Amino acid sequence: MAEVINGETHGHQEESFVSKYIFSYDHKMISKQYLMTAIVTGVTAMILSILFRIQLAWPGESSDFLSLFLGEQWAPGGVLKEDMYLGLVTIHGTLMVFFLLTGGLSGTFSNLLIPLQIGARDMASGFLNMLSYWLFFLSSLIMLVSLFIETGPAMSGWTVYPPLSALPQSISGSGMGMTLWLVSMAIFIASSLLGSLNYIVTVINLRTQGMSMMRLPLTVWAFFITAIIGVLSFPVLLSAALLLLMDRMLGTSFYLSDIIIGGEMLTNHGGSPILYQHLFWFLGHPEVYIVLIPALGLSSEIIATNTRKPIFGYKAMVGSILAIAFLSFIVWAHHMFVTGMNPFLGSVFVFTTLLIAIPSAVKVFNYITTLWKGSIIYTPATLFIIGLVSSFISGGVTGIILADAALDIMVHDTYFVVAHFHVVMGLSAVFGMFAGVYHWFPKMFGRMMNTTLGYIHFWVTLIGAYGVFFPMHFIGIAGAPRRYYDYSVYGDFDVDQYAMIVDLNVIITIFAIIAALGQVVFLYNFFYSIFYGQRATQNPWKANSLEWTTPVEHMHGNWPGELPTVYRWPYDYSNPEHEEDFVPQTVPLKEGETAH
Amino acid sequence: MMVSKLIILVVIVLGAILIAQIMKIQRTLSEITGRKEEEISQKNNRLNANLMLLFMIVLFGGFIYLMQEYGWTGRGSSASKHGHDLDWLLNLNLIIILIVFFLTHFFLLYFSFKYVKKPGVKAYFFPHSSKLEMIWTFIPASALAVIIILGLTIWNDVTSESSAEAIRVELFSKQFDWTARYSGKDNKLGKFDYKLTLDNNQLALMTTNTIDSAIQNMETGPQGIKTLEAKLKDKNFVTSKEEKQKIKDAIDRKSRLVRLLYQMKNRYDSKMDVMAWDDIIQKDTLYLCVNKEYEMTFRSKDVIHSAYFPDFRVQMNTVPGMTTRFKFTPDITTKEFIKKNNKPKDFNFSLMCNKICGGAHYKMKMIVVVLDEKEYNDWMSSKANATFKDKYFAKTN
Repeated sequence: MAEVINGETHGHQEESFVSKYIFSYDHKMISKQYLMTAIVTGVTAMILSILFRIQLAWPGESSDFLSLFLGEQWAPGGVLKEDMYLGLVTIHGTLMVFFLLTGGLSGTFSNLLIPLQIGARDMASGFLNMLSYWLFFLSSLIMLVSLFIETGPAMSGWTVYPPLSALPQSISGSGMGMTLWLVSMAIFIASSLLGSLNYIVTVINLRTQGMSMMRLPLTVWAFFITAIIGVLSFPVLLSAALLLLMDRMLGTSFYLSDIIIGGEMLTNHGGSPILYQHLFWFLGHPEVYIVLIPALGLSSEIIATNTRKPIFGYKAMVGSILAIAFLSFIVWAHHMFVTGMNPFLGSVFVFTTLLIAIPSAVKVFNYITTLWKGSIIYTPATLFIIGLVSSFISGGVTGIILADAALDIMVHDTYFVVAHFHVVMGLSAVFGMFAGVYHWFPKMFGRMMNTTLGYIHFWVTLIGAYGVFFPMHFIGIAGAPRRYYDYSVYGDFDVDQYAMIVDLNVIITIFAIIAALGQVVFLYNFFYSIFYGQRATQNPWKANSLEWTTPVEHMHGNWPGELPTVYRWPYDYSNPEHEEDFVPQTVPLKEGETAH
Repeated sequence: MMVSKLIILVVIVLGAILIAQIMKIQRTLSEITGRKEEEISQKNNRLNANLMLLFMIVLFGGFIYLMQEYGWTGRGSSASKHGHDLDWLLNLNLIIILIVFFLTHFFLLYFSFKYVKKPGVKAYFFPHSSKLEMIWTFIPASALAVIIILGLTIWNDVTSESSAEAIRVELFSKQFDWTARYSGKDNKLGKFDYKLTLDNNQLALMTTNTIDSAIQNMETGPQGIKTLEAKLKDKNFVTSKEEKQKIKDAIDRKSRLVRLLYQMKNRYDSKMDVMAWDDIIQKDTLYLCVNKEYEMTFRSKDVIHSAYFPDFRVQMNTVPGMTTRFKFTPDITTKEFIKKNNKPKDFNFSLMCNKICGGAHYKMKMIVVVLDEKEYNDWMSSKANATFKDKYFAKTN
C-alpha cells in the first residue's frame, strides 16, 4: 500500500498497519482515535450515572443491575455502598468533563477541522499530535482502571477538594484511587497542552493563501481560542495536582492545617484548603468554556450551512468568544462564595461573572436571528444545534441566580447547581458534539449516517435530557443538597419535602434511563454506518468551507496537488449576487462583487 | 419480578430488531429509489418543524406543570430576617429569567417551525446589523446592572459585621456530626487549639488545665511518648522493621506537638480560663431564641464540611485550620412556623452538611429548634450547671 500521492511538498512514510491505524501522524486518523476513545469514556460515564441514579430513585432497594456491574464488594446484595456512591459520582464527573468533553470534543474536532478548514496539509507537528493522543489514551486508561482497584476510585467529587482527597483515613477512595486520579490528570494535562499548542501554532502559521483571520470559519476561531484558554489555565491545575500529591506523599502542608483524622493528630500547620480551591477553579472555570466554546463553534458552522444563511454577526460572534474567553479568567471565585472568603472579594466576582451573560446573550440572539427567514434543512445535525441553543438558554439563565453571591447562599451545592451546569455545559457540549459527528461523519468515514435513526436519537435525547434536568432544578431550589446517598435525613425535618424529593428523583431516573437507551440508537447508527452506511459524496451538505473540497477518500496531505486558495469568507449562503445558494471559499469574487 | 424482567428483556430485543429492520428497509429503499441520505425530503423537514412546535408546547407545559405541582420554588418561607430579603431577590431574579427563558425559547422554536425549507424560496441574506447587535448588547447589560446592584446591596448587608449584642455560638463539625458551643454568661467563646483535643475535651478548648492535661497525655498517656519509647525497647512487642519505623515516626510527631504545647503554656494567660469554663456544649439539637441576632462561627476537626440551614437561608463552609462566620436572626419559632405553613407536627428546622465529607456525609445533621424567649431562657437555666467546667473539669477550682 505504499503509494505516493502527488506529494511534492509533503513527506510520506511507508504505511504499515501500525503507522496508519495506531501511531498515525495523520490528523484525520488521530481525530478518529480521539472520537473512539471519547465514546468509550462517555458510555462508561453514562453507565455510572445510571447506577447512582438507581440508588437515588429507589434508595436501599436491591437491584440486579447494580450487582451486575459492581458485584458483591461495592453492591452487596444489590444495594450500593455509600462510599462507592461517591466514587461513581466522582468518576462520572471526571470522565464527562475532562475526557469526553475536553479531550474528546476538542481532540476530535480540532484535529479534524483545523487543517481541513484552514487549508493545511496537516498539523504543525504530526509527532506531537500523535503523542498528545497517546497520552490522552494512557490517562483515560488509568482513570478507567482506577474503577477496579480494591479500595475504589477517587471519591471526593470531581473537584477533589482536600483535605478529603488528601487523607486516606477520611474515605477509602482517597488512597490508591486518588493517587491514580492525580497521575491520570497530570498525564491528561500534558496531552491537552501538547494538543493545544499544536492547534495554536497550526492556526497561526499554516493558513492557506487568502485565508485571513477574518475569513476563518467560526469553528476554527472557537478551537483557536479554546486552545489558548487551555494553555493558560491547565498548567495551574497541574500545579494544584502536584501540590496535592506532595501533601499526600511527602508530608508537606500546602492544603492542610490543624487536622485530627481517624484519631490521629497531624502536625501539618499553616496550609489552607481554600488555596486548593482557588487553584482548582482558576482552571475549573475556564474549563467550562473549554468544553463549551468548541460546541458553539461547531454550531455556528452547522446552523449557517443548514439554514442556507450567513451566520448573523460574524464579527460579533468572534468578539463574543474573545470576551467570554477573557472574562472566564477572572470569575473563578464565584464557586467559592460560601467558603469564608472575604465578602468584598465575593462582590468583585459577582460583577465579573454576571458580565459574561452579555456576550453569551449576544451569541444566543445571533443564532436565533440566523434562523429568522432562513431555509432550514432538518438534518440530525440541525436538530442537535437547535437543542444546543435551547439548552444554552435554559442553563444560562439559571447561571444568573448562581452568580449572585447573595442567592448563592441559598442554592450553593444543591441540585440547582447540578441542574445548571449539566444543562449549560453538559447538554450544550454533548449536543454540539453529536451535531458535529452527524455533520462531519461523511468527512471522517466517507459514508453517511442514517437520518431516520438520527431523528429518533435526537428527539429521545432531547426529551430525556429535559425530563432529567427540569425536575432537578425544583429539587435544588427546594434546598436538597447534592452528593447525598439518600435523603432519609429529611425524615427528621420535613416529611413533605422528603416525599417531593423522592417523587422527582424517580421521574429523573426514569428519564435518565430513557435518554441512555436513546444513545444505544446512536451507537448502533454510528458503528453500522462506518461499515455499511451509504457512500458519501464530496460535499453532501453543500457547504462553503474548505474541508468539502478534499476528496472523500482520505489521503496524506489532504489535497491532491496544490493547496486551495481562498477568496471569500465561509458564509456566502444565499448570496443574492449568486445563482447557487452557496459559494465555496475557493470561488473567486465576481467582477464588482465586494468581499464581506 | 421474574415476569417484569422477562418483559423488559423482550422489549429490548424487539426494539433492537425493529431498529435493524428499519435500517434494512431504508437501505433497500434508497438503493431502489436512488435517494441519498443527505437529501432531506420535504416530508421530513415538515415533520421536524412541526415537532419543534410540539416541543415548545411540551417544554412550556412541562415547566408550568412542575411549578404548579411543586410550588414556585418548592422551598418553604424563610425563618430568618435576612432570608426575606433573599427570597425577594430570588423571586425578582426568577421573574426576569423566566421572561428571558420563555421569550427566547418562543422565538427559537417558532422560527425553527416557521422557516423550514420551502421549495423555491431562497433564504434571506442578512449577514449583520449593527443596530440590532447594539440593541441586544444593551438590553441584557441594563437588566444585569439592576441585578448586580440589588444583589450586591443585599450581599453586603448579609455579610456585614454583627452587632455587639449578638449571641455568640460556635458550630464544630467533624465526620459525621455537629456540636454546638454556646458562649455562656459572658457571651465570649473560650479559645481553642486542635492540639488540646482529648477524649474529655473534644472541642479542644484552651484553659490552663486543658493545656496541662494535653501535655501530660502526650508525654505519659497510653499513646504518649514515654509509653511508645518503652514499647520500642521491648523486644517482644516490636517485631518488624516497619512497625519500628512507625513508632519512631509517632514519637517524632508527638515530640513536635509537645514542644508546641509547652510554648502555648508559656504564652497562655490564665485569666482567659473563664471564657472557656462557662461555655455550654450541646449535641443533637441546636436551640435558638427567636428574634435574637446570632454571630455564628464555624470550625472543623478533619475535612471541609458546610453548615447549611435551608430554612434560615444560611450556608457557610467549615474549614480545618480556619474559622468562618455567618450572622443571622431567626424570626419565627418552630411552633409558629408549623402553624403558618401547614407543616406536619414533627417538622423541624434543619442543619445539614452540604460539602462532600465522606461516606456518611448524607447523614450528618442536627435538628434546630427556635424557641420563644421564655422557653429559651428556661432551657438556658436548665443548662446553668452543665457548663464546660461542670461537665468535664468539676474537680478544678
